Amino acid sequence: MRFELMYESFFKIIEGIPLTLQVVSISTVLGLALAIIVALMRISGRKSMSIPAYYFVYLIRGTPLLLQLYFVYYGLGQFSFIRESILWPILKEPYWCGIITLTISTGAYSSEIIRGGILSVSKNFIEASGALGLNKIKTFLLITLPITVRQALPAYGNELILMVKASSLISIITLMEITGIARTIISKTYAPVEIFLVAGSIYLIINFIIVLAVGLAERKLGTVKAN
Amino acid sequence: MKNLKLLIIGLVISTISSMALADGHWSKIRIGTEGAYKPWNFTDESGNLVGAELDLARDLCKRMNAECEFVQQDWDGIIPALVNGKYDVIMAGMSVTEERMKTISFSDVYMTEPARFYTTNSNSLSTFKSGDKTLNLDKDSSVTSGTISSLNNAMKGMNIGVTVATIHENFANEYLDVNLKTYPTQDEMNLDLVAGRIDAMLCDTGAAESLMETSSGKDVVTFGPNIFGGLLGSGVGAGIRQGDTDLKAMFDKAIAEANADGTISRISMEWFKKDIAP
Repeated sequence: MRFELMYESFFKIIEGIPLTLQVVSISTVLGLALAIIVALMRISGRKSMSIPAYYFVYLIRGTPLLLQLYFVYYGLGQFSFIRESILWPILKEPYWCGIITLTISTGAYSSEIIRGGILSVSKNFIEASGALGLNKIKTFLLITLPITVRQALPAYGNELILMVKASSLISIITLMEITGIARTIISKTYAPVEIFLVAGSIYLIINFIIVLAVGLAERKLGTVKAN
Repeated sequence: MKNLKLLIIGLVISTISSMALADGHWSKIRIGTEGAYKPWNFTDESGNLVGAELDLARDLCKRMNAECEFVQQDWDGIIPALVNGKYDVIMAGMSVTEERMKTISFSDVYMTEPARFYTTNSNSLSTFKSGDKTLNLDKDSSVTSGTISSLNNAMKGMNIGVTVATIHENFANEYLDVNLKTYPTQDEMNLDLVAGRIDAMLCDTGAAESLMETSSGKDVVTFGPNIFGGLLGSGVGAGIRQGDTDLKAMFDKAIAEANADGTISRISMEWFKKDIAP
């Protein structure tokens, strides 16, 4: 073990934390919006909505994230009509390619979490709400949504942690986040064990904070009852 | 049950015998290569490892009366895997540099090629005119600084690609003042050059020339001088663990023979369309 090297590389690797957090938080927010839309399409009861949503989720969950990232970054750039389109200024940047891919990925996975949450809301509540004279929209906002959030939170916390880890893949498209910097240091120092231990601990710390935050939210929302 | 017993006995015997043979005799040499660095070493359409270094390795192994086995390894882990014993030799277009000699040793150089900048003909860099045809980094900085600063002026603020942990990345870090993009492999850098994500790339001339032969690389052009010497190293050699001095001696002898009888030149002509024997 080269402890001095671990100490030195720690300060280099933490320079990648802002990029990791940026990419994760932007794609999580965009992905959550996408997930809500997809989940509502799935349970809409209209085939024209639910079938596309079903195949979208099937396609994204069924293929590796690494492949999706390669496809968006290297694949789309191969077509001259894309390179000449108005989308190219965005697709040209590895940063946006990373965010787009992660957004689509978390959108697909989270939509299933949200769908599960919505379906778990008891019919009795909906009927009771109707009896109280609340219309459909009010029922959704005041009854279904709060219960869904409470039910879906543990699974969604899992998804957040997976997102932090998945973000390490964007190092393959020239983005120097935590893993990217770690790999660069390894290729110069030939010390994979030391450097990956440092990078791994940084991920552990980030995910520890997420676990704490989700736990706090669960207690606030009453997902877990204090014993 | 009986078959299982036989199998186990067979396995034990073969393990022991292969250990005994490997001990000092080098009847079997495992060669680590990247398989993504055309025409040095790459993977063809059917998934086979091919390239100049694969042909050369087979020739050298014949001369050393050894059996060769190729092991594919990503570039960024290629030196640690040698040190950890995943294979015994690196033949992966790796230049002999002082920096790498701190960790591993090298055979004598078997091929040598300069580095150059490449861009596409729609980029403004394609019209760059360099005063000097060569940039020899072994020369005094009073000779080289003019060429380097004219390169820097032309590429100011541009995205320039290099492959990670290469002599080219070291050159860029030492001499260039640009927005540097590092790629895991040459192939990925080629894609981004053609797509216009980077303005130029710095790499070995053979690797770029083999891109220029393909239809997607038809717009790729070179600019600036041939760059060699200094931290770019003294040419490409076989990486060997520092302790294996006997193996190094075997490779040095085989490389000298292959160079003397024209084998290296022949392989070089076949893959590089030019003679890059040392």
